[in-house]
Amino acid sequence: MGEFKVHRVRFFDYMPSAIRTMAFNSQTERLAVARADGAVEIFNFNDNFFQEKVIPGQDGRATEALCWVGHRLFSAGLNGEITEYDLENLRPQYTVDAYGGPIWTISSNSQGTQLAVGCEDGTVKIFAILEERIQFQRNLNRHKGRIISLCWHPSSAQIAAGMTDMITIFDAETGHATRRLLVDRAMGASKNKEVVVWSVGYLSDHTIISGDSAGKVQIWNGLTGTLVRTYLVTKWDVLVLSVSKDESSVIAGTSEGTVIQFQFISSTMDQHDKEWVRTRTFRNHSHDVSALAHTDTAVVSGGMDTQLVVRPLLDKVEKNTQESALRKIAFPHRSLVGCAKKAGLLLFQFPDRLELWKLGESEGHGKPGDRLPVKRKPEKLIELKRKGEDHICCSALSACGGWLAYSTVSSVRLYRIQYNNTISINKVSKLPKELRSVHQLCFSSDSSKLFASSCQSSVIVVAVSQQECRYLHTLKHKTGSRQPVHLLCASDDGKWLATANTDCEIHIYNLHKMKLHCMVPVYNSCPTTIAIHPVTNNLISVHADQQIFEFSLVQKEYTQWSRRLQAQGLLSLWLERDTPITHITFNPKNPDHIILHDTYMFCIIDQSLPFPELNAVLWNQMTLKSLPVSQRIGQSHAFKICKSFQHLMCVSLLEDLSLVVVERPLLDIMSQLPAPVRQKKFAT
Amino acid sequence: MVEHGDIRVVHCGGSKINFRDPVITHDSRFLLCASGEAVKVFSTSTEECIHELRGHTGLVTGVLLRPSNHLQVYSSSLDGTLRLWDFTDGILIKTCVIGYPIYSFYASAKHENVIFIVASMPSDKRAERFQLVAVHLPQSGDQMVEAQELSAVLSGVNPNPAAIAFGRGGEFIASVNDLQLEVYFFKKQKSFRFFLKEDNKKGGWNTFTCVACHPKDDCIATGHEDGKIRLWRNFNHNKEYTYSTLHWHHSAVSSLCFTPEGTNLLSGGVESVLIQWRYNQESERDFLPRLGGAITHITVSPDGSLFCTSHSDNKITIIQSCVKVSAVIQGLVKGDSIRTDLMMDPRSKALVLNGKPGHLQFYSLQRDKLLYNLDIVQQEYIHESGLQQFEVVKAAFDASGSWLATVEERHQKVAELELNLKLWAFDEQTQSFVLNTTISAPHDAQITAMCFCQATDSQTTLLVSTSKDGHFKAWQLAAPAHTEGTDDEGPSWLCDFVSAYHGLVPECCSFSADGSLLAVAFQEVVTVWSPSTWELLTTLSQPPGAVSDLCFGRLSCSKYLLGTTASNLLCWNLLTCSLEWTTSMDVRRLVADPLSENMAAFCYQSGSTDLFVFKPSEPRPLFSHKAVCSGKVTQAVFAPREEMLESCKESRQWLNRSQLYFLTQQMDLMTFTTKAEEDRLLASSKQLVIDDSVAMTPFYLLLGKHRQQQLEHQDSDSSLWAERTALPQTSASMKELLQTPAHVLPSTSYLCSMFVQSLLISVSDAREEKAHAEEEMESEKEEEDSEEEMESSRSKPELAAAAATESDTPALTKAQARELRRVRKLDHSWLAGLLDS
Repeated sequence: MGEFKVHRVRFFDYMPSAIRTMAFNSQTERLAVARADGAVEIFNFNDNFFQEKVIPGQDGRATEALCWVGHRLFSAGLNGEITEYDLENLRPQYTVDAYGGPIWTISSNSQGTQLAVGCEDGTVKIFAILEERIQFQRNLNRHKGRIISLCWHPSSAQIAAGMTDMITIFDAETGHATRRLLVDRAMGASKNKEVVVWSVGYLSDHTIISGDSAGKVQIWNGLTGTLVRTYLVTKWDVLVLSVSKDESSVIAGTSEGTVIQFQFISSTMDQHDKEWVRTRTFRNHSHDVSALAHTDTAVVSGGMDTQLVVRPLLDKVEKNTQESALRKIAFPHRSLVGCAKKAGLLLFQFPDRLELWKLGESEGHGKPGDRLPVKRKPEKLIELKRKGEDHICCSALSACGGWLAYSTVSSVRLYRIQYNNTISINKVSKLPKELRSVHQLCFSSDSSKLFASSCQSSVIVVAVSQQECRYLHTLKHKTGSRQPVHLLCASDDGKWLATANTDCEIHIYNLHKMKLHCMVPVYNSCPTTIAIHPVTNNLISVHADQQIFEFSLVQKEYTQWSRRLQAQGLLSLWLERDTPITHITFNPKNPDHIILHDTYMFCIIDQSLPFPELNAVLWNQMTLKSLPVSQRIGQSHAFKICKSFQHLMCVSLLEDLSLVVVERPLLDIMSQLPAPVRQKKFAT
Repeated sequence: MVEHGDIRVVHCGGSKINFRDPVITHDSRFLLCASGEAVKVFSTSTEECIHELRGHTGLVTGVLLRPSNHLQVYSSSLDGTLRLWDFTDGILIKTCVIGYPIYSFYASAKHENVIFIVASMPSDKRAERFQLVAVHLPQSGDQMVEAQELSAVLSGVNPNPAAIAFGRGGEFIASVNDLQLEVYFFKKQKSFRFFLKEDNKKGGWNTFTCVACHPKDDCIATGHEDGKIRLWRNFNHNKEYTYSTLHWHHSAVSSLCFTPEGTNLLSGGVESVLIQWRYNQESERDFLPRLGGAITHITVSPDGSLFCTSHSDNKITIIQSCVKVSAVIQGLVKGDSIRTDLMMDPRSKALVLNGKPGHLQFYSLQRDKLLYNLDIVQQEYIHESGLQQFEVVKAAFDASGSWLATVEERHQKVAELELNLKLWAFDEQTQSFVLNTTISAPHDAQITAMCFCQATDSQTTLLVSTSKDGHFKAWQLAAPAHTEGTDDEGPSWLCDFVSAYHGLVPECCSFSADGSLLAVAFQEVVTVWSPSTWELLTTLSQPPGAVSDLCFGRLSCSKYLLGTTASNLLCWNLLTCSLEWTTSMDVRRLVADPLSENMAAFCYQSGSTDLFVFKPSEPRPLFSHKAVCSGKVTQAVFAPREEMLESCKESRQWLNRSQLYFLTQQMDLMTFTTKAEEDRLLASSKQLVIDDSVAMTPFYLLLGKHRQQQLEHQDSDSSLWAERTALPQTSASMKELLQTPAHVLPSTSYLCSMFVQSLLISVSDAREEKAHAEEEMESEKEEEDSEEEMESSRSKPELAAAAATESDTPALTKAQARELRRVRKLDHSWLAGLLDS
C-alpha cells in the first residue's frame, strides 16, 4: 500500500444546512430536497440515491414547500414567491409573487393543471400551470388565520387546508368552504395554546389525515366531517405526513425525530372493512423530522439534523439485499475541497465564503501510525466572502495556487493570488462575457486555462494570464443532451479535457485541436468522479453504482484492465458501500496506484495486482500484516482499503507525496446543531 | 440393602405455585394453580386453599378450564396423563393417558374434544425437540382412556407455556421460539413464519419471550428479551406483515395477556409492575407498581373483573380491575439460591430459610402456609439485575428459640466485603423477633459457620462463629457496661473469646448436645474445646481432606463426633479420642435428628444423591434410599412431628418422631412419607372437600358441619381424624360467630348459649384426651348435640334421629337439658328466611 505522510485536516468546519422539505416524483424517481438555506438538491432514486443536481440557495429565499408537476419543480417560501426551477441550468427559472404574504404550502392537483398555495393571510390561491409559466386563477374563500397545509383530493374537486385549530375543506370549483373540522387542543397546561395543523392528507375515499402541534395524528371522515380516530404519537409536534401512492400507508414525522407509520389493514382476516392502525416506528433522527416522502419501497426522511435517511420498508423489498439497507446521506456527493498540489494549499467552499488554507509542516520522521510534531501550524490565508445574494455553487483553485475562481448562479469571479511576504489577492476585473453562469470550474494543470461548464453541456475555455483573461473557445458535443455538466477534468499534459453530465455521458475533448475527441460509451449509472491518468492518459471513471471503468483516450476503448475487472466483477462488499467515490488522485511515484475515496474509507487500487476472488476478503490489511512477507504476495489483491480516517471530504496526494485527508466528523456537525426537544430517556 | 417401597420421596408443602399460570374460574370465586404434583384450588376472596386435586404422579404442568364445561378443569402432567376434574368437589372425572411427558397444553372452544399438547418427541436424536401435538380425546365413558389419535401440528416449539397462544376464536395458533414467530391457520392448514434479527444496533435483544393473541382482532402481541412488546398484524401474508412496538419494560417481558374483550393488554416483567395498555391507544397506559417479586404470569378471569399475577417469589396476587390488590396467596419463597441452612424455629415449629431478598421466612409446613417474613437487612430492595445487595447468608436459632442470629453480607467489589452479625431476641408481647444487637464487621472475612450452644439448661447462651479470616469467635450476652446515663437498653451481645489454630481456616463448628464441648474443624484438624474454660481439650485429625461438616451424636450416642470430608464419613469416639469407624462416601450434608440418635447423610454419587439414615453407634444404616433426587443436596433438616407415628417396622422407625425435609438443587422442598401417612392425608383431604367447598358464610358453617358430622358418625373408623379435627372446628365456629357483623347475628341470648357450649366442649376435650377412644366418641356427640339445637325447631325428624343415637350415650347433663328446652322455645324463623333468600 505504501507509506505516506498524512496531513489530517480537521479545520474544514463544513456545516450542512437543515432539510426543510422534500418532494418525491414517482414517475422519474427523483427526490427534490430543499434545505434551510434555500438550496434544492435532486437525488436520483433509480441510481443509488445519487445527488445529481444542486441548485444553490440564495439569501432570503426560505423554501417552505416543494411540488413536482411532471418534470417541473415548483417551490414556495416565506418570501411570498412561487419559484419554478430550471433543472437544466440549475437555477430558478422565474418567480411569481402570490401577494398573500408568506406562503406556507404548495400543492398541485393530480392532473397537474393547477397549483394551490396557502398564504399567511388565510387565502388559498389557485394558479393555472401553463407552458413555461404559471398564472393566477383565483382565490378560494378567505378565512381568518394562516393556511399551514394543503392537500388536494385525488379527484381535484376538493382541497383540504390545515389551519390553526381546524381543517377546512374547500370545494375547488366554487371556492366555498364545505366543511370545517375542529381540531382539539392539547390536554393539560397547554390548553390555551392554539393547535396548528402542520400537515394534512386527503385520500380518495375522502379520509382526511392530519398531524398537528399537539402531537396527534387524527383520521377524519371527510364526507361527514367526523373524527374517526385519534393517535397521540408524541408529546411534541407532528410536523409532516406523507401518504403512500396506494393509500395503504401513512407516515408521520415528529419533533422527537421519530417517523411513525400507520397502515390501513383489516382487523380480522375474513372481513374487508379496514382501519388505520399505528404500526412501525422509525427512529433515525436526533432532531425534528420536517420532511418526509413515502416512496413505494422506502420511507425517506430529513430534518434538522441535516441528514437524509432512506429507510426501506422491509415488507416491500427483498430482505438482506443492498436494497434493504438503511442509507444515511450526510455529505454532498461532490467535492467541496480544492487542492493545489504544487503549492500545498486547500480551498474550502462554503455557500457564503471561500477559505484558502496553507497546510502545516513537520519535519519529523516516525514509524507508521506515529503522530508527527507540527513545526508550522496550518494557516488560513484568505477568507473570501462572496458578493451578492446568490450562494456559491462551484469554485476552483489552480495547481500552482495562483488562481482562484468561483461562481454563483449569476456571475463568475476570478482572482489572482500572489504570495510574496504578504498575500495579495486581486480580482481579475474584465472577464469575457461568455463566463456568466457556469456549473463547474476547472483549471488546467499548468494554470494557463480555465474551463467552465455552461448551458447545454458546453464547456467554455478561457485563457488566463497575468495580463488578461481571454475567451478561447466553446467546446460542444453532438449528442444533444441538455443536462448540466457536473464533472470536469483536464489531463496533466494539457491535451485532454473530460466532461461528464447527468445524462451519464462522458465526453473527451482534444484541447490542442479544440474539438470533441470521442465519447465514452454511455453507462447507465451516473459518473460520480472522473480523472485522467497523468502517465497513461487513461480516463478512470467511477459511477454511482460503484463500478470502475478505465478508458484509453488514445485507443478510444476500454483498457484491458477495465475489461478484466468487468469480467471478474467487483466484490459485493465494494458494491454495497452506500457513499459514492467523490475524488480520484494518482500516485506520481507509482503509476499503478489509483487513490480514490468515499465518506468512510479511502482505497488504493494497485493495477499491477490481481483482482480479489469473489469470495476473498476485501479488507484484508490486517491479515496481510500478520502474514510473513513471502506469503503476502499471494494473498494481496488490487484493493487496499484504509478506514482509519472517517467522514472524508477529500483525499489528495500532494506533489511531495504527502497525503492530505480532510475529515469532517459527523459528531462535530451534531454538536453544532441546536439542542433537540427534551425527551425523557430511561435511567436518566 | 433393599429399598423400602412404602417410604416415598414426595414434594411436600411449599411447592411452587408460580410454576404455571393460574386459572380463574368463570364465577371468579376460585383460582386453580398447578403446585407440585397437585392442583390447588384457592378461594379468590379468602386466599385459603380450599382443596387440592391430587392424582398426578408427576409435576403438574398446566391447568385449563374445559372450554365446553366451565365447571370442569383439565390438568396435564409430566407423568404423561391429562386429567379432567370437577374442581368444585375435587373429583377426578377422567384420566387420559398420552404416553409422553406433557410440558404444556392448550385448548380452544373451536376445537371440541381436541387438546393441543407440547411434548418432547423421541424421534429427534440430538437436542430435545418439542412438538405441538393435537390429541383427540376418545369419547368413551371410562374413567381411564388412552388417547390414540395424535397428530403433530407444529414442530420445534418452545416448551414454555407462554410461547404458544390461540388466536381469535381458535382460528390460528401462534408460537414463538427464539427469534421466530410462527402462525398456523387451521382452516387453510398453512403456517407463516416471521423472523427477527438477533439484535439491533442499539443493543436490543429481539428474542421472543411470550405471546398473546387478541380475542377479537387478528393481532398477536409478543414480548421480547429487551422489554419490547410487538403487536403483529396482517400476518396472513409472508411479506406484508407489519408490527408496531411498545416499549416500557427495561428487561424481558415475561408475560402478556389480553383482557377478554380485547380492550386492554396486560404485561409484566422483572420490574414487578403490571402495565395495562389500551388496545389501539397504546400511548395511554396504567401502572400498578410494587407488586413484589418479578411477574412471571398474568391471567385474567373470564369476566375480566379479576387480574392475577404470579411472582417469582412464589406468590399469586389477585387484583381487582387493575387498581387494587385484593388478595395475596403466598407460597414458600424460593429464590435462586438458599444461602442459609434449613432451620426449624423451636417455638413455632416453622421452617426458616431465606425468603424475599433480605428476609427470613417462617413457613409452617403443617399448614403449608407462609407465617411471616422477618426483615433482616432492613433496606429497600432494588429490582435490578447486576446490583449487589445485602443478602442473609447465615442464620441460627438457640435451643429455646428465644434468640436468632443472622449474618448478612454484601460483595461490593472483590475486595470489599460488608458483613453484619445481628442478634434478634424473641419478644413475647409482639410474638416476633426484635433486633437486639448489630455487630458490624464481626470478622474480617466471610463467616463460614455459626452455631448456638444447644444446651437448654445453660444460664447464658453462647454463639460461636467461624470465619475465613482464620478465627473463631464466641459471643455472649452481657449486661451493658456501666457508663453514665442512658443504659436502660438491657443486655447486648459482646465478643467473649477469639481463637485461632495454626492459622488454618475454620470451616464448621458444632456444640455437643449438653453444651459442654465445642468442636471446630480447621480444615483437616478437628479441635475440641471446652466452652466454659475455653481450653483446647484435644485435636482430632484424619487426613486427607478438609472436614466440611461436623455433628455431635445425641442421647445415647453423645460420645460420638461425626465429621465429613470430601471422600469419607468419619466417626470419632470422644471418650477414647480415636477414630471409631470410617466409611468412604461423599457426604454433602449431615444432619442430626434432635429427638433421637438418628443421623441422616446425603451422599452425592454420579449425578444423584443417596440418603443414609444411621445411628453412630451402629454400623448398619437404619434406612437407605438410592437416588433420592438428581443433583446435590446441601440443605436438609429434621422437623419434629406434631404427633408421633406408631410404626414398628425398623426401617420406618426413624420417621416416627421427626420428619426429614431437604432442598434439591432445583429448589424443591422434598420429604419422606410412609404409606400410612399418605393414606391418612388422603382421607383428611376428602373430609376437607366436604368441609369448605363453597360459601364460607357462618350459617353455612353452622349448618354444613351438622350434616358432615352425621356423615362422620356413620363412618366407623373415623375416630382418628375426627379427634384431630374436633378442636379446630369448635374454635373456628366461635371465631366465625365473633367475626360476623352484628346486624346479621341472631339474638345475644342465643349466641350466649352457643358460646358457652363451645367452651364446655373444649374443656371436655382436654379432659378426654387422657381417656379412652370410646369416651372421645361420646364427647363428640355432645358437641354434635350442641349444634343440633340450632336446627331443632326446623328439622324435627333429624332431631329424632339424633335422639335415637343418643340412646346409647350417657344422659344429658342438667345444664344441657335445660338449654335444649330453652332453645326449642326460641323462634328460628329468621334463619329460614335467610336461607331462602
